[in-house]
Amino acid sequence: MPRHQRLSIAVGRIVLVGAAAILAGAPFFLGAGDLTVLTEFLCLLVLAWMWNLLAGYADIVTVGQHAFVGVGAYTFYGTVVLLGVDPYLAFAAAALMALVIALPAMMIVFRLRAAYLAVGTWVVAEVLMLIAGKLPNFGFGSGVSLPVRVAREFGARPDERFATIYWLAFALAAATFASTYFLLRSRIGLGLTAMRDNEEAAGAMGINLVRARVICFLWTAPFLGLAGAIITLQKLRISPPASFSIIDWTVFVIFNVVIGGIGSLEGPILGTALFFILREYLAQLGTWHLIILGTLSIVIILIEPRGLWGLLRRVLGGDLIPVSHGARPGFGITRKS
Amino acid sequence: MVVTYLNLIIQGVLLGGLYAIFALGLSLSVGVMRFVNIAHGDFIVLVSFLLLTIATALHINVLLALVLMIPVAFGGGWLLQRVLLQRVIGPNVLLPLLVTFGLSIIVQNGLLQGFGADTRTLSAGSLDTASLHIGGFYVGLLPVLTFALAVALVVGFDWLLYRSRIGASIRAVADDVAAADLIGLSSVRVYAIAMGIVGVTVAIAACFMGLRMNFDATSGPSRLLVAFEVVVLGGLGSLRGTLLGGIILGIAQTIGGQIDGAWQVLAGHLVFLVIFLLRPQGLLPRY
Repeated sequence: MPRHQRLSIAVGRIVLVGAAAILAGAPFFLGAGDLTVLTEFLCLLVLAWMWNLLAGYADIVTVGQHAFVGVGAYTFYGTVVLLGVDPYLAFAAAALMALVIALPAMMIVFRLRAAYLAVGTWVVAEVLMLIAGKLPNFGFGSGVSLPVRVAREFGARPDERFATIYWLAFALAAATFASTYFLLRSRIGLGLTAMRDNEEAAGAMGINLVRARVICFLWTAPFLGLAGAIITLQKLRISPPASFSIIDWTVFVIFNVVIGGIGSLEGPILGTALFFILREYLAQLGTWHLIILGTLSIVIILIEPRGLWGLLRRVLGGDLIPVSHGARPGFGITRKS
Repeated sequence: MVVTYLNLIIQGVLLGGLYAIFALGLSLSVGVMRFVNIAHGDFIVLVSFLLLTIATALHINVLLALVLMIPVAFGGGWLLQRVLLQRVIGPNVLLPLLVTFGLSIIVQNGLLQGFGADTRTLSAGSLDTASLHIGGFYVGLLPVLTFALAVALVVGFDWLLYRSRIGASIRAVADDVAAADLIGLSSVRVYAIAMGIVGVTVAIAACFMGLRMNFDATSGPSRLLVAFEVVVLGGLGSLRGTLLGGIILGIAQTIGGQIDGAWQVLAGHLVFLVIFLLRPQGLLPRY
């Protein structure tokens, strides 16, 4: 590898680590408004990494991931308000419930082949949203607000509260990143990469494709549920259209990953960051916002299916976050021969 | 009681005819091009808005507007395939899914931008309210005509795919693209024609949907889900299956809606999931 590429990768990694360090310390120097936006950013980043794990590695295109966000939100409300459980335990319940719901959902959608699976997940999500609208203790179709006493448990004053919620979102994003990284570096991730590159050859090598895909599908559910719980804590309200919002938790997420770059850990970061920057300028355009994002995603698929990160990677010459056990010498955690 | 339910079942069967028309185009694009068009429902709604605009602007009946629309819809499907979809179809199913997903969002928001969020409906004059009195039951003339059209379309498509020359080409390309290209069939051309035919079914679905039910700019996804459930219930690639799938879904929704208005959609989804779990290959699988 040429020297300037090694240098640019090193610079890229320093930027990445620097950004993470700034995010880790954000509550010390940012106000409540900025923290709220960053909390939202981290939650959307978690959703993007999870959608990318499925679509970019496990060959599962889901259009129903908002279902697990909603399940997490409703479970959090149910355990903390209706059962009166400690809020921190309620997070665990949200993660667990998402996993429990993912089991039957998986049994349904995995009977469908790739192209159909996408719409199958959408049907399942629709069913869960409609059922959520029929729950009597959860305010039926119009939803219900979180009592103030629950919010107070995360800090007596508003700024303390915003900082606590931010830390929770940061911890979730860090845990999602680290665990997904290790999953992709493990034998399972290696198998998934092999499957992505050549399904028949991977199967012939004895890789259990079904098992790897099942693990990935179940893997994402608790993280999505936790994101749903944190989002609920921030918005202080649950309702079927908002908690199970396909636009917020699936459509934007898909655009972010597709534009940023599918099949890499850097792509979702790039896409989600770009989304927040664009939103500053495009949000007031209303419907044009989504039209522009949709057009951008189609144009990017036609130019480079691996997204902006795929383009950038050609310039840099390598990954900043090496998930593949590349045979290329010179960078990454590869053992040099 | 029995009469009420018999009446509901008749209504459900007739609604099923409309659902089968929704599903025909999806079934064809799935069967031939091997991809699920996420924007299928949005295209139906888009054409409904176009029909509304044409009928109002030219002061003509919507059914006449549909006749004018059919060649346009064929051209639209053909062009979409040639310009955009042809670039992404192939072994990777991810790309066409993502492109049609993008199209779906563009169409929905474009319609919101152009027509606002109001609920609309189409009108075909006196046909809207005309009814027939058959064996003690009153049934709308329009639903009966829709159902008859659905049967005619299923029979017509069966003939088109299995008896005509273009049908033979379409099936050859669907079976093996490389082999079809090798014997001189242009798969690009055949795909474009198939998508043009899908466009025609979309136009017909749009017209009869608008006459039968309300629609707005964001109705597309729910139409897609209906079409998808009908295709899967019927058995992939089975035309007669779409008719049966449509009828089952129509009955489930009508009876669900009778129990509680809010249960109409959910009842349809639940019946779909139960039948799908029991018979994942569909009710009348072709293969």
